[in-house]
Amino acid sequence: MSEIANTFTLDGQIVHFTPGQTILEAALEAGLYIPHLCFNPELKPHGSCKLCTVIVNGRSGSACTIKAMPGQEVQSSTPELDGRRRLQLQMIFVEGNHFCPGCEKSGNCKLQAVAYDLEMLNPHFPHFFPERPIDASHPDVMIDFNRCILCEQCVQTSRDVDGKNIFALAGRGMKSHLIINSPSGKLGDTDFALTDKAAHVCPVGAILEKRVGYAKPIGERIYDEKTIREQVAADAEGGL
Amino acid sequence: MDTQVSSQPQKVAKRKIRVATTSLSGCFGCHMSLLDIDERILQLIEVVEFDRSPITDIKHCGPCDIGLIEGSVCNSENVHVLREFRENCNVLIAFGACAVAGGLPAQRNHLDIGDALREVYCDRAGLGKQIPNDRELPLLLDKVHPINEVVRVDYFIPGCPPSGDTIWKFVTDLIAGHMPRLEHPLLKFD
Ligand code: SF4
Ligand code: SF4
Ligand code: FES
Repeated sequence: MSEIANTFTLDGQIVHFTPGQTILEAALEAGLYIPHLCFNPELKPHGSCKLCTVIVNGRSGSACTIKAMPGQEVQSSTPELDGRRRLQLQMIFVEGNHFCPGCEKSGNCKLQAVAYDLEMLNPHFPHFFPERPIDASHPDVMIDFNRCILCEQCVQTSRDVDGKNIFALAGRGMKSHLIINSPSGKLGDTDFALTDKAAHVCPVGAILEKRVGYAKPIGERIYDEKTIREQVAADAEGGL
Repeated sequence: MDTQVSSQPQKVAKRKIRVATTSLSGCFGCHMSLLDIDERILQLIEVVEFDRSPITDIKHCGPCDIGLIEGSVCNSENVHVLREFRENCNVLIAFGACAVAGGLPAQRNHLDIGDALREVYCDRAGLGKQIPNDRELPLLLDKVHPINEVVRVDYFIPGCPPSGDTIWKFVTDLIAGHMPRLEHPLLKFD
């Protein structure tokens, strides 16, 4: 009996997968980029940003949660899907305060890198310019809530990897926001440490290590050198 | 009059593309970056002539093909200038982070404008106690806006400032009649 090959196609390209992998995991392992923001290979996917939405055999779903199956036909880089992704990004940008020229994460930021990839030229929608605080109470790490995109990677990492449960999302819908688990609500009053994995997972410039800012100048950073697509391909080459 | 017929077919002078530029609430960095196209400005000037611009010092914009707007909308004068550009320019371009997204001036948007003015003009030693209110001074808006929140904008060139190469690529695409396209490494938000 002949085995069914563990492959699917992504925009016509054949992708091999290990049973149990999601479409996004298999694509990344093959060095192929599907835009995503809330997915982190070390965490359980929770499918909240919807940026990774692809069409699988004619139906749409999140590439980070759908398991790869033999013979699937997956479409990702289509004008329609990319157009929708651009709109999602624009909504993320106007909902927070993303002043890239003044952000330490600029050039290393995944949100910005995806926006470059999708050729997002402006935020399109009226800005909310919300009023959000900065928490600099911790000696080694600062939090700028203006840039939080509610991806929950810090929440999951602190809870599931560091075993500390320092972050959570509170509120619903438009009022959702990140909170810190201490009586004062301040990071400085938790046992959060720079050595926590959660101090290093934020894809944007919301959780930043203190005293290392601009050690690498703007213009020489990850996505200044390579596009996020090229970076994903290079990571896969490196056997990651 | 010279009646000699030239063997060369008479070259009909092609009408030059008329361009206006301005800085609303910006730092002129985008205009400096425009000058960073260096000697390519000589190529540009073959096909382009400037209307209102800091480069020409013309004070009001006439009918133009292209308008480049640097800076965000921060006061009443910015609104008037921006509307004058929109009325006169076939193609209006937001040029740089402030025009595109509010930029640095918009960083005051979470502050009360009265508090900000008092802090700057009244609460600091050696500065007197009065918020300037000369009628010549344009009134500040309570919030700073990117230009597309005030008028319709056709194209956007992000960057703080966009590099000379980015501007060159965009403007030459446009003049050549292509859909302008910015990709890595020309597309930058910082
Ligand atoms: S977090 Fe990213 S997108 Fe937001 S301001 Fe910083 S660099 Fe820009
Ligand atoms: S702080 Fe960073 S990691 Fe945490 S939810 Fe916000 S964007 Fe995500
Ligand atoms: S990466 Fe799949 S929903 Fe966010």
